[in-house]
Amino acid sequence: MPAVSKGDGMRGLAVFISDIRNCKSKEAEIKRINKELANIRSKFKGDKALDGYSKKKYVCKLLFIFLLGHDIDFGHMEAVNLLSSNKYTEKQIGYLFISVLVNSNSELIRLINNAIKNDLSSRNPTFMCLALHCIANVGSREMAEAFASEIPRILVAGDTMDSVKQSAALCLLRLYKTSPDLVLMGEWTSRVVHLLNDQHMGVVTAAISLITCLSQKNPDEFKTCVSLAVSRLSRIVSSASTDLQDYTYYFVPAPWLSCKLLRLLQCYPPPEDGAVKGRLVECLETILNKAQEPPKSKKVQHSNAKNAILFEAIALIIHYDSEPNLLVRACNQLGQFLQHRETNLRYLALESMCTLASSEFSHEAVKTHIETVINALKTERDVSVRQRAADLLYAMCDRSNAKQIVAEMLSYLETADYSIREEMVLKVAILAEKYAVDYSWYVDTILNLIRIAGDYVSEEVWYRVIQIVINRDDVQGYAAKTVFEALQAPACHENMVKVGGYILGEFGNLIAGDPRSSPLVQFNLLHSKFHLCSVPTRALLLSAYIKFINLFPETKATIQEVLRCDSQIRNSDVELQQRAVEYLKLSSIASTDVLATVLEEMPPFPERESSILAKLKKKKGPGAVSVTEMEDGKREGGELNGGGDRGPDASAMAASNASTPSPSADLLGIRPAAPVSAAPASVGSLLVDVFSEAGPAASSAAVNDEGFLSSAPPSEDPAPPLSEADELLNKFVCKNNGVLFENQLLQIGIKSEYRQNLGRMYLFYGNKTSVQFASFTTTVSYPGELQSQLNVQSKPVEPLVEGGAQIQQVLNIECLTDFSEAPLLNIKFRYGGALQNLTLKLPVTINKFFQPTEMASQDFFQRWKQLSQPQQEAQKIFKANNSMDTEVLKAKLLGLGMALLDNVDPNPENYVCAGVIQTKGQQVGCLLRLEPNAQAQMYRLTLRCSKDSVSRRLCELLAEQF
Amino acid sequence: MIGGLFIYNHKGEVLISRVYRDDIGRNAVDAFRVNVIHARQQVRSPVTNIARTSFFHVKRSNIWLAAVTKQNVNAAMVFEFLYKMCDVMTAYFGKISEENIKNNFVLIYELLDEILDFGYPQNSETGALKTFITQQGIKGQFQTKEEQSQITSQVTGQIGWRREGIKYRRNELFLDVLESVNLLMSPQGQVLSAHVSGRVVMKSYLSGMPECKFGMNDKIVIDKQGKGGATDDAAKSGKQSIAIDDCTFHQCVRLSKFDSERSISFIPPDGEYELMRYRTTKDIILPFRVIPLVREVGRTKLEVKVVIKSNFKPSLLAQKIEVRIPTPLNTSGVQVICMKGKAKYKASENAIVWKIKRMAGMKESQISAEIELLPTNDKKKWARPPISMNFEVPFAPSGLKVRYLKVFESKLNYSDHDVIKWVRYIGRSGIYETRC
Repeated sequence: MPAVSKGDGMRGLAVFISDIRNCKSKEAEIKRINKELANIRSKFKGDKALDGYSKKKYVCKLLFIFLLGHDIDFGHMEAVNLLSSNKYTEKQIGYLFISVLVNSNSELIRLINNAIKNDLSSRNPTFMCLALHCIANVGSREMAEAFASEIPRILVAGDTMDSVKQSAALCLLRLYKTSPDLVLMGEWTSRVVHLLNDQHMGVVTAAISLITCLSQKNPDEFKTCVSLAVSRLSRIVSSASTDLQDYTYYFVPAPWLSCKLLRLLQCYPPPEDGAVKGRLVECLETILNKAQEPPKSKKVQHSNAKNAILFEAIALIIHYDSEPNLLVRACNQLGQFLQHRETNLRYLALESMCTLASSEFSHEAVKTHIETVINALKTERDVSVRQRAADLLYAMCDRSNAKQIVAEMLSYLETADYSIREEMVLKVAILAEKYAVDYSWYVDTILNLIRIAGDYVSEEVWYRVIQIVINRDDVQGYAAKTVFEALQAPACHENMVKVGGYILGEFGNLIAGDPRSSPLVQFNLLHSKFHLCSVPTRALLLSAYIKFINLFPETKATIQEVLRCDSQIRNSDVELQQRAVEYLKLSSIASTDVLATVLEEMPPFPERESSILAKLKKKKGPGAVSVTEMEDGKREGGELNGGGDRGPDASAMAASNASTPSPSADLLGIRPAAPVSAAPASVGSLLVDVFSEAGPAASSAAVNDEGFLSSAPPSEDPAPPLSEADELLNKFVCKNNGVLFENQLLQIGIKSEYRQNLGRMYLFYGNKTSVQFASFTTTVSYPGELQSQLNVQSKPVEPLVEGGAQIQQVLNIECLTDFSEAPLLNIKFRYGGALQNLTLKLPVTINKFFQPTEMASQDFFQRWKQLSQPQQEAQKIFKANNSMDTEVLKAKLLGLGMALLDNVDPNPENYVCAGVIQTKGQQVGCLLRLEPNAQAQMYRLTLRCSKDSVSRRLCELLAEQF
Repeated sequence: MIGGLFIYNHKGEVLISRVYRDDIGRNAVDAFRVNVIHARQQVRSPVTNIARTSFFHVKRSNIWLAAVTKQNVNAAMVFEFLYKMCDVMTAYFGKISEENIKNNFVLIYELLDEILDFGYPQNSETGALKTFITQQGIKGQFQTKEEQSQITSQVTGQIGWRREGIKYRRNELFLDVLESVNLLMSPQGQVLSAHVSGRVVMKSYLSGMPECKFGMNDKIVIDKQGKGGATDDAAKSGKQSIAIDDCTFHQCVRLSKFDSERSISFIPPDGEYELMRYRTTKDIILPFRVIPLVREVGRTKLEVKVVIKSNFKPSLLAQKIEVRIPTPLNTSGVQVICMKGKAKYKASENAIVWKIKRMAGMKESQISAEIELLPTNDKKKWARPPISMNFEVPFAPSGLKVRYLKVFESKLNYSDHDVIKWVRYIGRSGIYETRC
């Protein structure tokens, strides 16, 4: 309510409000409101015109009723009338009503905009302010459209009052936030920046909010503000607390403005100009110095204001990350706060230190506070502060203090809050892996982790232990011994049983020499846990048992006995039953040699980014784990795993199991035939059957035959690609085998298989004539930049092809990185003396290197959301070229090489696929969604890939397929 | 079973809180207040589920009674109990109001202890309760052992609702047939739904342990008698017999006898009680007919004309007639002309209320009103709520007639003829609406 003079007090309104407040029940209130509404209606309807005062009063009442939660569907007109009043109070109530009850009635909007325009062009600053406030409060697109050009003019005009400038800046900020496309700065930019030099502190404060927002979008245009901001800051910082009068808050000069200036500076890199930089460093030093001074007041506001500036300054120092001196000072200052009485300060200090720890200059300085942080972790009462302390410990960890920190985190884990346990577990697992010098320590730590917080140990953590144990020969014996001991505890966590089962199954022989851990003892120990475990664990244990049979033939009888018992061989769970039956048969039929081959020790896992780190990143969201850390992790991880450069396909199965969260975690790799295993490798399966309509390709080529024969110039240069080459290429997007080309002379068949980033293609050149082809040569060439993207090695073919004979050529293909063009195959031969020159596109498309990925609906959509940047998505809506039969579509999608995911999309009509493109350098995750519309015979195809060029290419390729 | 019972005033402050089971915590009290009493939208459902706890509430004037449970109870039982509880409280201290509840604080807790045990409803017969829960403070020393044992045997005995040794000089019996008639009618006069729910309420002041037998013109009984012999009696009364859709009885009625012979025989409690409740849907006498006529004249004016016709014997008089004509929400002015009674536009209720004190049967009366409207911004059309009506007529709209009420007392020497019997019929409007 405005401060009203005595004559302006609205008695009717006061009475009405007190009536409402005195109502005993809701019903009574509604009755009173209905009565009042009827009264207002009759007043507004009345023939005699109302005076401004009563209009204002009734509009006020309506507003009050609206704010009580009742619908108001009239009175807008009266409110708009108030806008044109010359009295401040009436105008103000009018604007208030308009901003609260925005109406989309176009007629009214026009009137309102008119009134606002009048007020903006008036010379009365209060009216201008009211209009600006109304625009900002409504902030709708219509408002922005109407006034976006007007407001900057008011903002920079020389004769505008300070208070109006202030309002205009904030109003512009609001419009910019709601519809940035309508606010075009351009010519105003420099003048807006110069507002930083304004005499009036309020204007500067308002303008700086605007400039910060604008400069975040287009930093270059506002670059000049840096030096202005620095000089302004230095003036404030160096001023005495009495200099700024109104803008001094509890002896701190202009704290809000200082904070905003510091925040603006954080949008830019350190100033290049030496003088400016020197001045800024001086400022920051002064701020840090001031923090050391004794407080001028005991009031909490004083210290709050001071600390706010200090924290912003520290944030700026961290942002610049170039002044070792300042960084260390900031760190020391924060160190003082770590033990401060105020919980908020402790929290902020821990948070800032987290970022400080990642800077190379201050990392050591942060480390000196380790004791305090550990203490905070243990004794702090506030859970959020404890969480920050844990974060900081994680951030400050390096090789020198890893053991201490991991030990502390482990001991804290026992009492940690449930909400942060999972994250803590991941952190401990990562730190233990990253800084492990001694692998027995690593194994101990992780087993301890599982023991303490088994429930919070995610799959990734124990996958990782196993990967590491398998890749490191030196730790295997120790790991086996340790898990054996750990399993002896009467109650141990299921994850422990999983690790135990796996490790003993692989390396149980390393400890079998000790009579205390003889094979039978090991087996009995594992089997004693069997009944307490869930189905996936039991499945894993069964695999461990069959491995035992291989490792220790003496246990064969016992284990067969176990497998034979009804609870295994007739288990209601299909998976378990199948395993039991198969293992039993395997063990009884196969000779020891076969067993030894089948159940060979797992090959080492290929090197890749730690899956745990990936999980933590996912958990924290992007940006939480700094880039340096990631690189660090990679480096360390590489070292840790011995940098194995091994054949990619050797352990493809196991690796994909370990790295992607698969439903049944079967690391032994003896998984019963997965529904979609290696689709590209399958030969002569459903794919070929479905696509046996290879005929059209060949025949269409044949039609063109004569033209080809006559038009192809008999030159030595490779002929340009056939006009239908693209079409031919498209035929092979979803299949690997078939007839690539056929004319009267020559037929080219193709058979190819792909695995990860490698592929092998067999080309069959068939001579259809009875005359031999002479000097038959083939060359593969790379158009454009394909040379660096794809590597195709071909063995030379025999130069003579007898009539009716067929020769074979093998091409080895390696995908280096993603590519969009197809390599060209040029074929030259002499037929009856005439040179034949023919160029085809080799059907090698990016999708051939897909590795299918199974995932659940939840995972799928989570990843889908993660790939939400516009360039990562490619979408196409196109008409169906072929039949929309479900089976055909499915087969095509499977042939594409991605995993077709069932029960993922809420609409069963839609198809959803996931896969990873394996190239030598990187992996590109791809998600596909195909939405058929049977009525319109249309499809909508959406692809999201972590690499944008891939999405586009795939989209182009696929659009031709359906 | 009921886990707890709370009584709130209109502000949501707890007046009475009695928890019977451990699964109901203190927070349940607040949950109901926040989610029902102080809810943003008015809560219309009498059963509310908040965090797996069910709240059953009834509202009496400004007082909220809420029964709380975590179990899957029979909701009808809970409401029956709540109504009974209201009856008991009314019988003890009159109107249920905040002040009365505060004044009878101890008494209510005492009653609650008695009528609910571990959440299971117990004897809630006012007559029986009054023998051992009294309002005159501790009476223990005046009560002899004999009296106490007598109360015990009575309360726990077969006839828990009546004590022995009651003596009246004048044996009197009052019988009220109270009915409420509900109707929804289309503007053209077509009955869309109609039913009568009635109650037979008795007040008995009889000596000893009398056996009573109540007879009415129930169709099944009449037909059965018709078959038994007197055919012309059946023909004569056949038209007047009524079909009862469903009925419930006071616990004193012998249900076995009702099932086998359909005769209502009972040993009555002393004082006032409800003998039976019933419902009929066929052949209802609609006491009034409302004929609405609404005409929209442009966007800013509405003309309404309503005619009411009384449809019963001219010798009878209807009372307390009130017709409520809803007006649109953007009404800015109303002019009313009526021939009889008084009519007024009540802005607070968004309706024109027309009141007539008395009206004889087979008459008609009319009202016409001009309503001025204010043009509004949104084009929402007025929903045209139905015109509702209230009245009271001195007959039973269902057509129910009391044929006899016989009293037998073998031990004491008074016979059926010596008992003075009073019968009264009152028909009231329930929800009596006509669409317009």
